[in-house]
Amino acid sequence: MNATMPALRADELACRRGDRVLFARLSLALGAGEALHLAGANGIGKSSLMRILAGLLRPFAGTVDRVGAMALLDERPALDTHLPLGRALAFWARCDAIAQDRLDEIAARVGLTDLLDIPVRYLSTGQRKRAALVRTIAQGAPIWLLDEPLNGLDAGSVVIVEALVAEHCADGGLCVLASHQPVAVAGLKRLELAAFAA
Amino acid sequence: MIRAILWRDITLLLGGGRRGGALLPVLFFLAVAMLYPFGVGPDAQLLARTGGGVVWVAALLAAILPLDRLIEPDLEGGFFDQWALRGLAEEWTCASRILAHWITFALPLMLATPIAAMLLGLSGEQLLTLELGLLAGTPGLAALGVAVAAVTAGLRGGAALGGLLILPLAVPLLIFGAGSLLPGGEGGIALTGAVSLVLVALAPFASGAAIRAARE
Repeated sequence: MNATMPALRADELACRRGDRVLFARLSLALGAGEALHLAGANGIGKSSLMRILAGLLRPFAGTVDRVGAMALLDERPALDTHLPLGRALAFWARCDAIAQDRLDEIAARVGLTDLLDIPVRYLSTGQRKRAALVRTIAQGAPIWLLDEPLNGLDAGSVVIVEALVAEHCADGGLCVLASHQPVAVAGLKRLELAAFAA
Repeated sequence: MIRAILWRDITLLLGGGRRGGALLPVLFFLAVAMLYPFGVGPDAQLLARTGGGVVWVAALLAAILPLDRLIEPDLEGGFFDQWALRGLAEEWTCASRILAHWITFALPLMLATPIAAMLLGLSGEQLLTLELGLLAGTPGLAALGVAVAAVTAGLRGGAALGGLLILPLAVPLLIFGAGSLLPGGEGGIALTGAVSLVLVALAPFASGAAIRAARE
């Protein structure tokens, strides 16, 4: 993992979408090896918080400090749908300067090896989610931001994702995951967004 | 990373998948050049005098066709977000896209121009001026295309709006470009090039800002 310890810190965040303030006065601080589960009902602002943490959305108030590169998994896989999965993933491997072997290794880990020749548009929701997970993991960033990583996954895949998150944290990584489902990862902290609803 | 992105942009815009290919604008361009003599009659003198301008107008109209696949699919697919997370500014990805758009749109158009010139009965000298003018003007047209595509990405009816936006903005290119075909109008090529350079310089920043604004 990286020489510097990853860290993610948010102070007094508030988020406004349209006329509505989704949450306010939200602070969090995570260090190496820590994982946080953002929990809450649909529409409470989990994805917005994720995008604020990723730096893609400006918070209405507050600041975010990050140490270390970030990888984001959200509902859009960012894979070319007309290409076979292997080539769609290879594009990101080139972007991130990752060796093909490493990519194959991760694909095998989430059980996608047999699907690498299939065009992305023919993959099911769960398969696409796992493909996006391969892209996210392959990036090799110490900070993982996983927005609903378990959506559409079968029970076996859920266990794999939980194991991957646990391994990443044991390796000194940092992970924030948003999910309305229960997530079983040892030492996982939990943040109920409802507590900060404005 | 930027080389991988440029390569992807080129292959996507050239042929790729559901987005249609680079061939469509060229065929449209030739179709306009072919229809014009039907419209005004086969008067060779008239065609030779006005043909160059028709080629410019056809090029401008053909530039509208690829607008909706320049930015929007990648914005919706989450590609721009992923590049931003990797610390690559939108300005860079848009600059790459302008270059890719020029290669896949303007180059085929310039290759098709001799055919259009033949259909319109233009002289070799006129063809040369026309090609030089297009060489000077199309980078600006490509830059404008990407900027307009970025501004209209995510809007309902964005494609139609894009066409409406790009035409008035491209008027300087058209005036100087077509003007260079008049006797003694060679200076027009330099002016077309100047307009083009301004557009190429501004477009990555305008498109980058538009993509960031689309995230809000």
